[in-house]
Amino acid sequence: MSVTTTGPGTTPGTSPGASSGGSTRFKEWGENLQQLMRSPTFLAGVLIVGFWIFCALFGTLIVPYDPLETDLLSVLEPPSADHWFGADQLGRDVFSRVIVGSRDILTVAPLATLLGTILGTLLGLATGYFRGLVDDVLSRIIDALLSLPTVIVGLVALTALGSSNTTVVFVIAFGFAPIIARTVRSSVLSERELDYVAAARLRRESSLYIMLAEILPNILPPILVEFNVRLGYAIFAVATLSFMGFGIQPPSPDWGLTISDNYGLVGGGYWWTVLYDAIAIASLVVGVNLIADAIQGVLDG
Amino acid sequence: MASPATVRAAASPAAGADALEVENLDVVYKVRGRDRQVLSGLSFRIGRGEAYGLVGESGCGKSTAALAAVRYLPRNGRVSAGRIRVDGRDLLAMGPGDLRTLRAKSVSMVYQDPGRALNPSIKVGHQLAEVFEFAGMARKESLDRSVAMLERVRIVDPGRVMERYPHQLSGGMQQRVSIAMALATNPALLILDEPTTGLDVTVEAEVLDLVEQLRGEFRTSILFISHNLAVVARLCERVGVLYAGKLVEEGPTASVFNDPRHPYSVGLLRCLPRRGRRKDHGRLDTIPGFLPLPGSVAQGCIFADRCGLADDHCREREPALTGLGGRASRCHYPDRAPDLPRVMPADAPMAAKLPANAKPILSIRNLSKTFVSGGHAVAALRDVNLDLMPGETVGLVGESGSGKTTLARLLLGLTAPDKGGSIILDGDALPAALVGRSSKQVKQLQIVFQNPDSALNRSHTVRGLIGRAITKLAGIKGADMVSRLLELTRVVRLADRYLAAKPRQLSGGLKQRVAIARAFAGDPRVVVCDEPTSALDVSVQAAILNLLADLQAMQGVSYVFISHDLGVVRYLADRIAVLYLGRLMQVGTAEQVFAGPYHPYTEALLSAIPTLEGRQPERIRLTGEIPSAINPPKGCVFHTRCPHKIGPICEAQEPPLTEIAGGDFVRCHIPVADLPRAQATA
Repeated sequence: MSVTTTGPGTTPGTSPGASSGGSTRFKEWGENLQQLMRSPTFLAGVLIVGFWIFCALFGTLIVPYDPLETDLLSVLEPPSADHWFGADQLGRDVFSRVIVGSRDILTVAPLATLLGTILGTLLGLATGYFRGLVDDVLSRIIDALLSLPTVIVGLVALTALGSSNTTVVFVIAFGFAPIIARTVRSSVLSERELDYVAAARLRRESSLYIMLAEILPNILPPILVEFNVRLGYAIFAVATLSFMGFGIQPPSPDWGLTISDNYGLVGGGYWWTVLYDAIAIASLVVGVNLIADAIQGVLDG
Repeated sequence: MASPATVRAAASPAAGADALEVENLDVVYKVRGRDRQVLSGLSFRIGRGEAYGLVGESGCGKSTAALAAVRYLPRNGRVSAGRIRVDGRDLLAMGPGDLRTLRAKSVSMVYQDPGRALNPSIKVGHQLAEVFEFAGMARKESLDRSVAMLERVRIVDPGRVMERYPHQLSGGMQQRVSIAMALATNPALLILDEPTTGLDVTVEAEVLDLVEQLRGEFRTSILFISHNLAVVARLCERVGVLYAGKLVEEGPTASVFNDPRHPYSVGLLRCLPRRGRRKDHGRLDTIPGFLPLPGSVAQGCIFADRCGLADDHCREREPALTGLGGRASRCHYPDRAPDLPRVMPADAPMAAKLPANAKPILSIRNLSKTFVSGGHAVAALRDVNLDLMPGETVGLVGESGSGKTTLARLLLGLTAPDKGGSIILDGDALPAALVGRSSKQVKQLQIVFQNPDSALNRSHTVRGLIGRAITKLAGIKGADMVSRLLELTRVVRLADRYLAAKPRQLSGGLKQRVAIARAFAGDPRVVVCDEPTSALDVSVQAAILNLLADLQAMQGVSYVFISHDLGVVRYLADRIAVLYLGRLMQVGTAEQVFAGPYHPYTEALLSAIPTLEGRQPERIRLTGEIPSAINPPKGCVFHTRCPHKIGPICEAQEPPLTEIAGGDFVRCHIPVADLPRAQATA
């Protein structure tokens, strides 16, 4: 019987890219990470976002003043050695408020995006995989949701439910889910035609297994990019809602809220009450988008 | 180094400058900051009007050689040494302007995939006319010339084809248009890079005929690149065998293919299932090991690791390309090459003979499938009846669009058949849909897909891929699963160290072994093999065919083997079913189908296969395309292309599938005695 003889394919020696050990997944991520580390775009993004995350975590320990402490003697004081970024109409230190103001937005926005991505991914997997009636019904609902302006729907929902950080998270997550679902669905549509899905069906795998264990790992890259892009939008959405008074509530030193409280003062020449918060929002959004761009670049090869 | 002097003296068909002269060419690709040498010291020349074939397996540098010849290397590639002369002019010394003129006028290239070489949004006529306009002709004149050109590539009704977009043409027609574009400027050199690889055998035969005829008319020199030795044998006067970026053998085609003098050429030729070779005559020989990475062999002969004749001398000193009177071989022992020891033992394990009263394991009765596409009913499969005995292989052959894959999907339950047909597995009727089938039925009927890249989930490891199949199909878990996994990988000859690898880290052959192991996880009774070797190199193909034959001999499994390669089908199949437009045209034992009497369609398919044994005496050519299944011809579906059509009855009435000999059925109006038979030389 020739079955046990060594045939081609088992001959030791040169083999194309044979790997040793079971850490292939880590190796892949490691390779991608290495490539990211060489990208100046990514490093700049990480630097900016990392700075704000540090401020959110440890800001209260390093700021010179308590961001909530009012000081009637320094009301609307311009930037000086005492108050680097000046003081607002209650005499609170603007520098301390900008640093600590990153905390709420960096909790709410990522949580909302994460929740929205998970919901959207599940929705996209279901519509893309099942097609047929499930797809028709869910996709029309998604289309209907997408046709409504997110901010208006958010405002209505927040008015009805009452504003709190939790409701803001849910409102933004539900607003993002249909958009993410569409992206995921289109990736699933091309994946499900591949033979490995047929092979899984020929093992009588459940639809849930096929969606989560077979298809999902292969469409993670676009989902990751989508998450990053949405995070940028989420930061903006949270700031907008706060500005309109439906988002993060006082007395938080949140940036959007602060701008909303003080923008009337800009006309009086008190620009420092608004400018630094605006720069903070912009820099965070830019940082997140730089990271998203870099990741997309690496994944596209 | 190489001694091209002897080679050069050998073939010099015409006076004047050679169409292409490549001398000591080195090409490197920069990969991750490091230079990788893909071609080293490549020298060859193509005389005026000569056809030169460059053969070798994937990764040996064939396409790089072609791209270098028009200085069209990818951005990370460059010529690091050597000379290239086209029509006597030094290509490497040319400026951008000269180079553009050269590409426009002297050299043309035809690529593998015509669908991607043609611009999808421009009408065929305009694309072709552009070539003439570029050469300085007026609009009107270039359009006229385009029509004439399409006529010359044997396109019927060129005026209508001019008005079409590429996607409205079949693959064969697209390739004709590409060839017309390439020949439009009457180039000195035509480079054909695997021009027939994606085409059906019948279309391939037509395209090769065309190239051959045009060569006579235009006196164009041809560089023909292919992994298919038989195709090269048909067309080329001289051939060079490329291995790991070096020419290992060169000479007149007939002598290289019939009396090879390099162990690699010998091995490559032995891998092919030659005429009449069958699984019970013994296993195909293979070439052990893998192609070395470009530039990785520092010392000695590049083939020494895989060569059965290699000795210490071979491992220490690199042989030069040495002239052998009209031909050349890069081997220290060219005279001993034909005695290369076999890798596979010639004896084959024989499958147990079936008892006379054996019952079929799989029976297909009146199976039909109609798709609805844009309001039209498309009969992909009509009224197919077929039996499969235990341990038997039925080969399914036919051109693309004949319904082979549809039949496979119906068997597996991935597509539901029309009402009225039935599939019986081991005595029990199979529910049409996969979800209705019992787990026993599901594991008994499995498939090996054509493309392992699509069939293996790229984010799972080999261990995960096979392990999951064992858990689900055989119902084994834990330590037993691991031992079964190791047993399976041993049976398909997959080394343990690959268990942790992902598919993209494996070569094509290894991937297909994983797919086979997965299909065999639950001890199947029937395995559908859908073109399992069509994406593989010949040496790898031989190993996979051997594996399938061994598994069958060991486990008594039956195969439904789908392939467009009749040589492969003949090697593995006991019986053959010929499909055309979803109908069975002929079913019989392999001997009967290959020896005749044939159905006219079978005859045409068989005669379209190019062989290494030189020219066939008479080729039956099918004219025209396979008709659309939306509107199949009335009467016999084959009558529109049949070279033996006998009269109005063929157009009026569909012939029944009649038994012409024991177990040999043919669907034809021609009386048995008049059916075409094997030609004396075949």
